[in-house]
Amino acid sequence: MSVATVSVPAPAAPGGPLTGTGVLVRFNLRRDRIALPAWVVGIAAFVLTGPYLYGNLYPTAQDRANQAAVVGANPAMKALTGPGFGVEDYTYGAMLANEYLGFALILVALMTTVTVVRHTRAEEETGRFELVRASAVGRYAHLAAALLTAALASLALGVIVAVGLGTSGVDSLDWPGSLLFGATFPVTGLVFAGVAAVTAQISAYGRAATGLAGAAIGVAYTVRALGDVADNGLSWLSPVGWMQQTRVYVDDRWWPLLLGVVAAVAWLTIAFILVDRRDVGAGLAAPRRGAETGSARLGTAVGFAWRLHRATVVWWSVAIVLLAASYGSVADVIGSYADNESLRQMMASIGGATFVESYLSFICAILALAAAIFAIAAVRRARAEETAGRAEPVLATALSRTRWLAGHVVVALAGGVLLLALGGLGLGLASAATTGESRWIADLLAAQLAYAPALWATTAVAVAAFGLRPRVLWLAWAVLVWSLVAMYLGALLQLPQWLLNLSAYQHIPRLPVAEFTAWPLVVLTLVAAGLVTAGFASFRRRDLDLG
Amino acid sequence: MSLVIDIEGLVKSFGRVKALDGLDLQVRPGEVHGFLGPNGAGKTTTIRILLGLLRADGGRVRLLGGDPWADAVALHRRLAYVPGDVTLWPNLTGGEAIDLLGRLRGGLDQRRRAELIERFDLDPSKKGRTYSKGNRQKVALIAALASNVELLLLDEPTAGLDPLMEVVFQDCIAAAKASGVTVLLSSHILAQVEKLCDRISIVRRGRVVQTGTLAELRHLTRTTVEAETVRPVTGLAELPGVHDLAVTGQRVRFAVDAEHLDAAIKALGTFGLASLVCQPPTLEEIMLRHYGDGPSRGDEVTDATMEVAR
Repeated sequence: MSVATVSVPAPAAPGGPLTGTGVLVRFNLRRDRIALPAWVVGIAAFVLTGPYLYGNLYPTAQDRANQAAVVGANPAMKALTGPGFGVEDYTYGAMLANEYLGFALILVALMTTVTVVRHTRAEEETGRFELVRASAVGRYAHLAAALLTAALASLALGVIVAVGLGTSGVDSLDWPGSLLFGATFPVTGLVFAGVAAVTAQISAYGRAATGLAGAAIGVAYTVRALGDVADNGLSWLSPVGWMQQTRVYVDDRWWPLLLGVVAAVAWLTIAFILVDRRDVGAGLAAPRRGAETGSARLGTAVGFAWRLHRATVVWWSVAIVLLAASYGSVADVIGSYADNESLRQMMASIGGATFVESYLSFICAILALAAAIFAIAAVRRARAEETAGRAEPVLATALSRTRWLAGHVVVALAGGVLLLALGGLGLGLASAATTGESRWIADLLAAQLAYAPALWATTAVAVAAFGLRPRVLWLAWAVLVWSLVAMYLGALLQLPQWLLNLSAYQHIPRLPVAEFTAWPLVVLTLVAAGLVTAGFASFRRRDLDLG
Repeated sequence: MSLVIDIEGLVKSFGRVKALDGLDLQVRPGEVHGFLGPNGAGKTTTIRILLGLLRADGGRVRLLGGDPWADAVALHRRLAYVPGDVTLWPNLTGGEAIDLLGRLRGGLDQRRRAELIERFDLDPSKKGRTYSKGNRQKVALIAALASNVELLLLDEPTAGLDPLMEVVFQDCIAAAKASGVTVLLSSHILAQVEKLCDRISIVRRGRVVQTGTLAELRHLTRTTVEAETVRPVTGLAELPGVHDLAVTGQRVRFAVDAEHLDAAIKALGTFGLASLVCQPPTLEEIMLRHYGDGPSRGDEVTDATMEVAR
């Protein structure tokens, strides 16, 4: 018998930094088996209903020409939709590319950024990341898997959209254009997945990483809007702008997609370099020390809530002022659109307002919707405090449930009004500066503040849901998204009035275009008060969700 | 003086799961009451109902003479709570979290706060995100112990603390008890319970299965007897209450129910005792009887499963 030889087994499968990526992709897809299909189906449905609705809405060439005049030449519409290629011969294809593409791409960007952060930084924030990385999983595997997941989703979406449009049977929706239309989705998805991959390395917190990536989407959208309105080439700085510059269904240019591919590669390279340069769990900025004692205000319900929301309010304030000021800074350009005689007549038939007025009132509505995002998110924060277990020790003190929730709700509602005011001031000051008409400052501030009851009513849906049935807190988002759809598509698609009326924002007089009437504001405030009361009353009665 | 905690027939269900199924618990003023039981037995649910965070489905609950649901805020001024898994605010420092909890409760003893931070060796200037599990636990403990309250509700408060800090904790609880504070201590650390608790309640599947002082609980369980006798032992197996008898020559080993201990020792004495070791059941043995899935009394417990705390 020979002596048994003890051998150290060679590593069964030598691993590189990407080891485990495949497993993680499957795992991610399994975790997102509801969310990603919902995103893909939702966005695809949004795009594909376009051609279906167009046949009914604009049956004749004359109808399409009228729509072209509204969308292609009105600066507010340009800011909202796209540069307006093909308005000379406004086919259904040109219409879809101009009015739907930009908006759909924003949704794609949201889908991929949320997905990437969710599977990288948000995962790293919990202990789960460490657990997985401690097994045979490479350093790049998480990031690569998150990016592949996002890429697969946007690719699937692109294929569905391309096939759906190509087989729609509508003349102008030809196959070359449909393929190009579909191709813009994965390219845009990858660009913003890359952005999110970088923000996820910068910040140690998933929320902040998502916020930063969201801000990047906002900048891309705003830059494109300003560039298209002023027609000064600024749009070429925006990934959304590149996709619209493909002139899909009009000229079918493929080469602007290359810009997107280059940008995606650049962002991804930066992200992977950053992964190598930091520790697991750490951001790029070292954590700072803070106060050893709490300030006196921290011991009050509102003071405590304010402390939790403070940083968010500050960032929102900065963002909304910048957004408002950039929209206001093109107010003088808008004025020049009025030189076109036929357009002036068309506008006069609509409401007797000037181009500048209608543009600015439209921007006010957009800014007011943005402010509501903050307010609803602030109420959701209370829910996050509850489910994360942070509310438990606080509610075990002499702080009552009512006062605890009131702290968050006060910050949400008052913070929303603050953002409205800042948006109004930013828009007003910039408009006044560029047009030389100081009246805009007061007018636009008033126009923004008039939206406060709509913001309260929409936020109050979240408060009511929080108390009555916290699982359906998403309803508040649905109401807000509906408000956006009603404002955006309501004008384009002539939806039934009762459907539009579901949005609180539809009831607010569109200052400075419309006359001010107080009663819708009073009614909405009462609705908000009712919903908030219901939320508080039922929160006092329910069990806390303590996991 | 009336009971600090008085629970009778408490029932609480989450959907189809019955978390509490007729739980009774009495905690007397000034005592440290150990609250023991396997994971999922209902300890945390009981404490959360005492805090008015969850609403009881049935039964009677009195806390400090009040109704924990209706009088929550007034009662919370008089008690402090430490959860077993403390989550802190990522952007608040430990010091801020201590002051927040203390102030919301109605004020902190600043001198005691400083002293506790020193003793627990906590850096209060670090952000919540950067604390380890043990340090998060310290934050909640300091906030609770620096408050002037009548009652401490502690739900596995030292999970994650190192042994040195465990000693500090035990000192603090002993000091609190000396100053008249009542403590309900849910714990898996049996040494801690044995050292600190005046009385113990053992929960299993939503009911309290045993309650009493450690001595009383021991009385309910068998004592192990090991002896060497001059003459070989006979006839012991016929005695009531004797189990697991093993005789090898002059050596004998058996377990006996507490009420039959006297008779068994007397019988043993007739064979002439050369040596005698009586081992009362440890708390661990008592607990293991209740932690497993088997019948709760008089059975083998070696297959019982128990989460070993440390």
